Amino acid sequence: MAAAALVSASMGCKPTTPDAASVGDAAERVYVKPGTHDEFYNIVSGGFNGQMSVVGLPSGRVLRILPVFSAHPENGYGFSEESKPMLNTSHGYVPWDDLHHISLSQTKGEHDGRWAFGNANNTPRIARVDLKSFETVEILEIPNSSGNHSSPFITENTEYVVASTRFSVPLGGDAERDVPINTFKENFKGTVSFIKVDDEGHMSIAFQLVTPGMSFDLARAGKGKSHGWFFFSTYNSEQAYTLLEVNASQRDKDFIMAVNWKKAEEYIAAGKGKMTKAKYAHNVMDHNSHIATSTMMEEVLQLDPVELKDIIYFIPCPKSPHGTDVDPTGEYIVGSGKLAALIPVFSFTKLMKAIEAQDFEGEYAGIPVVRYESALHGEVKKPGLGPLHTEFDGRGNAYTSMFVSSEVVKWSIETLEVLDRAPTYYSVGHLSVPGGPTAKPHGKYLVAYNKITKDRYLPTGPELTQSAQLYDISGDKMQLLLDFPTIGEPHYAEAIPAALVEPNSIKFYKLEDNTHPYAAKGEGQARVERKGKEVHVYMTSIRSHFSPDNIEGVKLGDEVYFHVTNLEQDWDVPHGFAIKGANTAEILIMPGATQTLKWVPDRVGVVAFYCTDFCSALHQEMQGYIRVSPANSDVELKYSLGETGPQ
Amino acid sequence: MKTLQLMLAIAAGALLMACGSGEKGGGETAQKSQADKLAERLKDGKGIGEIKTVTLTDPLEESMVKSGKAIYEMKCSACHKLTDQRVVGPGWQGITNKRKPEWIMNMVTNVDVMLDKDPTAQALLEECLTRMPNQNVSVGDARDILEYMRQNDMEKAGSKDGAVSM
Repeated sequence: MAAAALVSASMGCKPTTPDAASVGDAAERVYVKPGTHDEFYNIVSGGFNGQMSVVGLPSGRVLRILPVFSAHPENGYGFSEESKPMLNTSHGYVPWDDLHHISLSQTKGEHDGRWAFGNANNTPRIARVDLKSFETVEILEIPNSSGNHSSPFITENTEYVVASTRFSVPLGGDAERDVPINTFKENFKGTVSFIKVDDEGHMSIAFQLVTPGMSFDLARAGKGKSHGWFFFSTYNSEQAYTLLEVNASQRDKDFIMAVNWKKAEEYIAAGKGKMTKAKYAHNVMDHNSHIATSTMMEEVLQLDPVELKDIIYFIPCPKSPHGTDVDPTGEYIVGSGKLAALIPVFSFTKLMKAIEAQDFEGEYAGIPVVRYESALHGEVKKPGLGPLHTEFDGRGNAYTSMFVSSEVVKWSIETLEVLDRAPTYYSVGHLSVPGGPTAKPHGKYLVAYNKITKDRYLPTGPELTQSAQLYDISGDKMQLLLDFPTIGEPHYAEAIPAALVEPNSIKFYKLEDNTHPYAAKGEGQARVERKGKEVHVYMTSIRSHFSPDNIEGVKLGDEVYFHVTNLEQDWDVPHGFAIKGANTAEILIMPGATQTLKWVPDRVGVVAFYCTDFCSALHQEMQGYIRVSPANSDVELKYSLGETGPQ
Repeated sequence: MKTLQLMLAIAAGALLMACGSGEKGGGETAQKSQADKLAERLKDGKGIGEIKTVTLTDPLEESMVKSGKAIYEMKCSACHKLTDQRVVGPGWQGITNKRKPEWIMNMVTNVDVMLDKDPTAQALLEECLTRMPNQNVSVGDARDILEYMRQNDMEKAGSKDGAVSM
């Protein structure tokens, strides 16, 4: 161990070789015996794949990929008729987005294991995944937003999930939005949306703050003593609209924006909000029918924090801050100026005093700017290069990722002393400590999600998986235990004890509860019906046959809908369905559920269909035929199972 | 198929299999008597599971028959016909004359263990070659299904419950 520490210390802040400083018994400490389970679920954003992945810790094993904002060839999400509305937006169907951050639901500041929220960065949306079924059950589009990056972050009782804009843009009607780009200062605005989450998890936009034009990067809710406030990092307070890498890095300080959302609630109660026209989709998956509906919403309540005083304040923060993270007590707010050589730590108590005393250094776009020194607890000096994100262990320590110097730096929140450094491979982005963003971190492990992989694994051509490293943080020194590849390009991830999720995981859907209008709940209900040019096949599947498995009387010009009900009532027995030439791909049907594949035959003949999920010893026999006749044919519609004709 | 593994593990423990972890059973005598009990139960043709005795009544309970029919149509009819024709699984005609009511209900509610340990269930698997799926039927629902089978036997075979006294 001493040797390991020595190696890591001697590598300084720029590890260039793949020789990891891992400890001797690392393999044993991440080994999860065959047949046993991991200690934590890690819900990991997939970045540009638009998905989440579920990773077990400490093993690093990928347990599942959850489709959220992207169509998913594994289970037909976004392809089946039932799930397509989930990906509907005011711009129409968007099959692939960019998911950056995860927030797990909380009660009293602690994980409660109910839901995982994720953001679509490109076409702004927030999704909710039910941790009982691990399915995406709701997606809410965010109007007046562009680059939904500072999202979804959550309050300590899941009162609100926030979504804010990375790109300010002109808002309003067509005439107000059609303006020259170089009128940024006058016309461009940011928005911060507070999404209310009800007891069932359903989301609705409670209000939207319309802010000066700038970029919001990340956010964290206050907790404990700072509950009722929300903190957002900002950059581009220069209000640049071209060559931002230079022009948005001019000022010595940007801001952390402190939002008093309880104050906003007071204004709304007093009728100060302004209902504004907007167009955004709200998509909900029904648990019993498995049918998603998409509703187009028409207005949103907006508040102007320049006019309505005391909702927002700016705290100066050095050099384009990226992460803003609140410690478990709610007292300390850590700003990570990604271009700064220090980490400022603000005190909530001092901030409140400064606001009360109106200890302001001026205004920015009509909003008061608190004096930096007055809100400051202190600065972590020379932490490393490129601080991005900070997580906490619940023992008074903070862990900050250093993108440029590729390391994790452990420091004391109270004394601001650097306590330890561990190299990462390479260019670390987000960190994830189980319970790290909550009031009660579990603090056993830390995962570094890296942006660059290079030589860590066997090469696979120009495109590589992203790398992650798992560290044991239970002792004074961080110990590298494991290096594992990831799905997509993870940004933020949250880890939660398995005990909070595992017991609630449902194993199958009850046939009795299936309310799908085209369900065939039992083979006796299997049938084929024609409605004009539409042919609806009410099909059942069970090991190992479909019913019906012989269908005739379909004609060119028909649209055939296979509504397949999986009659199994046991865990881990999905059936698949595929038919040649289907432009909507395939479907996978969970036990007790019904899913629909639309198929438009394009030629005459007999076409085979089959089960795509290996279900039993007779899986290869799980198949059927459908006969397609010319449009003017008089072959009558009929269907059967097990019937044979005269020889 | 975690349920299956778990159930197999339990069964393995109970049977003191050579490859199992013997010390888990709680002493050799306890294991032996458990194994004996199991052997006895297999002999009496009641199968393995929580159903030890079933009280049958006459005439048939109509509400149970009705409920049993509904469950049959949803969860069983894809594989079992009401005649003696085997499709995926055996046809049901005459089943209450061949199998004791306890065996039937254990097969329905505890299928994975039955297929692994009960000689009659195993023989049927060899014949049909598709493992009967666990359809998560509750004991109460299984009893309703049994009532429906009794009614079906009266209709199709002209007699029922012939296996009770076997």
